[in-house]
Amino acid sequence: MIRVQEHDFDLGQALKLLTDGNHGIGGLCSFVGLVRDMAGDAAVGAMTLEHYPGMTEKALEEIEAEACARWPLQATLIVHRVGKLEPGDQIVLVAAASAHREAAFDACHYLIDFLKTRAPFWKLEDTPDGPKWVDARNSDDEATRRWMTPA
Amino acid sequence: MVKILYFAWVRERTGTASEDVALPDGIASVKDLVEWQRGRGDGFAEAFAEGDLVRCAVNQSHVALDHPVKDGDEIAFFPPVTGG
Repeated sequence: MIRVQEHDFDLGQALKLLTDGNHGIGGLCSFVGLVRDMAGDAAVGAMTLEHYPGMTEKALEEIEAEACARWPLQATLIVHRVGKLEPGDQIVLVAAASAHREAAFDACHYLIDFLKTRAPFWKLEDTPDGPKWVDARNSDDEATRRWMTPA
Repeated sequence: MVKILYFAWVRERTGTASEDVALPDGIASVKDLVEWQRGRGDGFAEAFAEGDLVRCAVNQSHVALDHPVKDGDEIAFFPPVTGG
């Protein structure tokens, strides 16, 4: 399931909805990303998340489908917020559920790694020097590439 | 006609979020389109100066520079993504 929204989410409620009534699930793994108040050595105030409506949903659905093809998953969830966010705010939630823990852990990690390099979101941070677009990190590309090497 | 969308600092530098453009003669690939953008004026030249940095999607899928473009396509230019 994919959701792109401005409003906050409730982790407990979202996970309960995801697994409700499915007693084949033995393991559920989730990751929540939060807005930091520092970028390197610079203080950061609020940030604004821009995205590409239409392509965002398409990209997230593709990432979800790839995870489902790779592991025996019973349920997956991606929630990403857009608009203005403050330090400490929740920004993203990914979750994967499977019969056993290993697939749930791996798929959850895979979902967030691919989201960071494929989904069309851009962060604009408020800094003491004015608004600044966040640069992409090479370490994110490397994290994604790791999944492309045969195990 | 093609629809061209711009996001983040590519949008700010070009001063354009969305436009409908008649594809000029001889433009067959994303690479051709990027070259054409560089000749459109200050904001566009600045946005597309760092040629390797601007990413492209055609019909909402990431594509490489050699990807073809044709009438009716939705083409988007944007910086490397920074979500999550």
